[in-house]
Amino acid sequence: MNTIYQPAIHFHNIDYEIDGHKILQQITGSFPTGYITTLVGPSGAGKTTLLKLCNGLISPTAGEIYINDKPINTIDPVLLRRHVGIALQSAPMIKGTVYTNLSLPKKLQGISLSREEAISFLEDVGLDQSFLDQDAMDLSGGQRQRVSIARTLVNKSDILLLDEITSALDQNSVKEVENLIVKINKKYNVTIIWITHNLEQAIHIGHYTWVMMDGRVIETGESTFLKLPTKELVRQFVQGGLA
Amino acid sequence: MSFTTLSLTLLFVFIPLILSKTLHLGLEKDTIIATLRSIIQLLAVGYILKFIFESDSLLYILLMIVLMVVAATLNARKKGANIKGITWKVAITLITVEIIVQSILLGFEIVPATAQYIIPISGMAIGNSMVLAILFLNRFQGELDSHKDETELILSLGGTPKQAIHHQLITAIKASMIPTIESQKTIGLVQLPGMMSGQIIAGADPVQAVQFQLMVLFMLLTSAAVSSSILGFLSYPTLFNDRMQMLKEKF
Ligand SMILES: Nc1ncnc2c1ncn2[C@@H]1O[C@H](COP(=O)(O)OP(=O)(O)OP(=O)(O)O)[C@@H](O)[C@H]1O
Ligand SMILES: [Mg+2]
Repeated sequence: MNTIYQPAIHFHNIDYEIDGHKILQQITGSFPTGYITTLVGPSGAGKTTLLKLCNGLISPTAGEIYINDKPINTIDPVLLRRHVGIALQSAPMIKGTVYTNLSLPKKLQGISLSREEAISFLEDVGLDQSFLDQDAMDLSGGQRQRVSIARTLVNKSDILLLDEITSALDQNSVKEVENLIVKINKKYNVTIIWITHNLEQAIHIGHYTWVMMDGRVIETGESTFLKLPTKELVRQFVQGGLA
Repeated sequence: MSFTTLSLTLLFVFIPLILSKTLHLGLEKDTIIATLRSIIQLLAVGYILKFIFESDSLLYILLMIVLMVVAATLNARKKGANIKGITWKVAITLITVEIIVQSILLGFEIVPATAQYIIPISGMAIGNSMVLAILFLNRFQGELDSHKDETELILSLGGTPKQAIHHQLITAIKASMIPTIESQKTIGLVQLPGMMSGQIIAGADPVQAVQFQLMVLFMLLTSAAVSSSILGFLSYPTLFNDRMQMLKEKF
């Protein structure tokens, strides 16, 4: 990477193990402030695990993570998670209506979210206000994913972690969500880390891209490197992925 | 009842034994063990109680209560192997229930402070509390397993462990209390409660027996509510670490 930037998140020699299995190994690198970094790699590569490390849902077995140059362990977990928001891969919903779900981040802080605010978050993700009182359990996969994104946006985090947030969406909705995230990135200088299986998305949305495989980061750089990969492993992945 | 008449009641044991044999239920061994154990355990308790009643010493009463708490704790803790320090948590729960129950009953002089009252009532309070603890722990674990994603979601949005587990905790507390409440709604309609029946058979005035039964029922409501709430609030913090992360092995 040739731009000079401030790292929003910096990983230093990160290992992550579960029951003796090495899920992540020797990960070092930065996510620059105000940029979109896309994260690609085969299923099981450790992308979600890496994302969960960033907002402290899990802690590394070894190594140090810094958020805006502060060791992650010195930040209060509640503040950390509001500052570094995540949209989880499974887009889980709590029991209740869409409104219940959208107001959850505020409710956890003892504040309420007005219906007007909730509607504006819904519209941001391309859902109209008629969804507000719908039972969240009745949403389709794509609607659920959009409510999950909207809910993550409620905390107005400075860093956003997005885990395959468009995997269940149709072409048009994908474009809408992409435009929304790009807008948030530009307008509020929000740092974004976006996991995707869609390599075209990784290239055209990302400023930077990390390629992960088997718990390791095998290549990083400006996203365009995916078009003409030099490393053999990345080339194989890209060819398989585009096919 | 004499022991000779009592031995006639063993006919009630032979009937299931014969059925088990002819229908190949394979329950003969368990039936015999259950019979022998109940004879030995209850007779032992009977003689111990007789001894304690006659001595009427506070020390023996306390000893008896301690014994009940220990036995109930050992039984209930098996269901909470997942929870750190479960033995102490269950013991504290049972002791709290016992203290509340006896403070009200003895404090307001509702029953006389003698072994004859204290011990059976303690037995019911502690026994019920143990059952509630088991019901609660079972349900709580089930709720944790089935709502793992929601727990993680709430943590991920900046919720505290207490917020993340609140729904599961409340559901489990509620679910464990419902049988106690429900059974009281129909009580007396179909089946007379065991204690009341016992008193009536032993010759007590039915209205007097009903009064005692009501006292016990009300006490069991307290026992149920207090048991699952205390155990719930003692248990949930052990499921997270100090970075507010879910401990993987607990969910
Ligand atoms: N809680 C867990 N317990 C055991 N193994 C886990 C756990 N979480 C992740 N793993 C393992 O870690 C590896 C990486 O998982 P992770 O979810 O990070 O992959 P991913 O790159 O996000 O995959 P996908 O693209 O399918 O979402 C996988 O092999 C997975 O089985
Ligand atoms: Mg994943």
